[in-house]
Amino acid sequence: MINTSQIKSDFPIFKRQIQGKPIIYLDNASTTQKPKQVIEKLINCYENSYANIHRGIYTLSEESTKAYENSRNLTAEFINANPEEIIFTKSTTESINLVAYTWGEKNIKKDDEIIISILEHHSNFVPWQQLCERKKAHLKIIPIKKDLTLDISAYKKLLTKKTKLVALSAISNVFGTIIPIKQFIALAHKKNAKVLVDGAQSIAHIPTDVKKLDCDFFAFSGHKMLGPTGVGVLYGKKEILKNMPPFLFGGDMIKSVTIKKTTFNDLPYKFEGGTPNIADIIAYSEAIKYLQKIGLKEIHDHELNLLKYAIKKFGNHKEVRLLTPPINQASGILSFTVKEIHPHDIAEIFNRENVCIRAGHHCAQPLMENSKLSATARMSFYIYNDFSDIDKAEKTLIKAINIFK
Amino acid sequence: MDIYSEIILDRYKNPKNKGKIKNPDKKAEEDNPLCGDKIQIYLKLDKKGKISQAKFTGEGCAISQASADMFMETLIGKSLKEIEKIKNEDVIKALKIPITGPRTNCALLCLKATRDLHG
Repeated sequence: MINTSQIKSDFPIFKRQIQGKPIIYLDNASTTQKPKQVIEKLINCYENSYANIHRGIYTLSEESTKAYENSRNLTAEFINANPEEIIFTKSTTESINLVAYTWGEKNIKKDDEIIISILEHHSNFVPWQQLCERKKAHLKIIPIKKDLTLDISAYKKLLTKKTKLVALSAISNVFGTIIPIKQFIALAHKKNAKVLVDGAQSIAHIPTDVKKLDCDFFAFSGHKMLGPTGVGVLYGKKEILKNMPPFLFGGDMIKSVTIKKTTFNDLPYKFEGGTPNIADIIAYSEAIKYLQKIGLKEIHDHELNLLKYAIKKFGNHKEVRLLTPPINQASGILSFTVKEIHPHDIAEIFNRENVCIRAGHHCAQPLMENSKLSATARMSFYIYNDFSDIDKAEKTLIKAINIFK
Repeated sequence: MDIYSEIILDRYKNPKNKGKIKNPDKKAEEDNPLCGDKIQIYLKLDKKGKISQAKFTGEGCAISQASADMFMETLIGKSLKEIEKIKNEDVIKALKIPITGPRTNCALLCLKATRDLHG
């Protein structure tokens, strides 16, 4: 059992009151709040041991480098990878674009096929759509079923010997559906296709083991797992990364540079050109430790308890339409609509009680159009949320319904 | 005072100017992708080039739809050149609600649409 009040006390932002009311933060799919351990590490870095990495021979630089590489080691451990397979970027979006612009440009040819799902966030939709346009390749889309899960039978039919890449989310940021990606990966590999997993929504909510999954790439962001913004991670299998050309050219990703020629650095530095987001990446290590202390399985169980409670409470109102998959494939995200009240107005009224929810298309316009939705309201839970937060949200829902009666 | 005033809610629930015009002389579409508001505008002009009919269709938040409904009425009798002169403040003022920040984009969606009339 997670001790939410103990956890909440670790997050300075929850001390704040807006117009005399506490903050009920239910937008964790968008970004998560930061514990004091992460914040203090960031401040400590700048106040005590900040210097550029991989460069200086002086103490500050050595300390900085050690702390930076420690974050890499912890990240590798967190997802069961090797440190040289962990590349730091600025976000999931950048990680995915890195693959599209390097592996994609090198390996995708005319008439090749890339498969994505209709559930994809724009960051795992648009890069592949654009790559296919550039290369005159074909983008194929796995449909969803009525129960908001991916249609694996349809997927099997989409896979051909021309499939070069499958790019899939591990968890849908709109419906919270947990995709059984291990199965999808195995099927892709049978056709010699590579698989990139967008783990932005899953990394902080369910355990990740890239070796067990056998995915070829796995991308995620630090800010969705209690870490600072500007910290992204790309995992890639060593042999694949070795054969990829670099992404950004410049300092630190080189071995030697002459007027005529440049040789590139070893993994993972080949893909980390330029001064990285040093202090934030160092602070990110505290986010990993914080989550490991609680345990990802415990976090998932906690979110499911909150989801079940929210489904019960919100489901009591006939005006509400809940958009959630079967509970055994669900996670802590609940999208919903309310009859004759636009999600935008729902979010505005929720904000009057300091209940922070998201309204709109959630960077998933193809999914919205396919589902014949113009927008939804979305609540997404995390470790500092409890039943009283959902009670507050329900009270506010009733307020909204009464305003628009 | 509340942005969900009686007038706004009434216009949202019982719009007076919602619907399509058959064979409009001018039309326009505008989206607010940030929140899912959509507006389509249809205009009919009389022989003097003044707007004789103005209707809208669309879906979105109460502010965007109510604003569009009220805005259609202000277009009647104006020429296309005259509607180019309508300012943001005019539309906001007409709503008579304390609207600020991102919600102003909702209110102004209808005006934005008129900047790109075609047909």
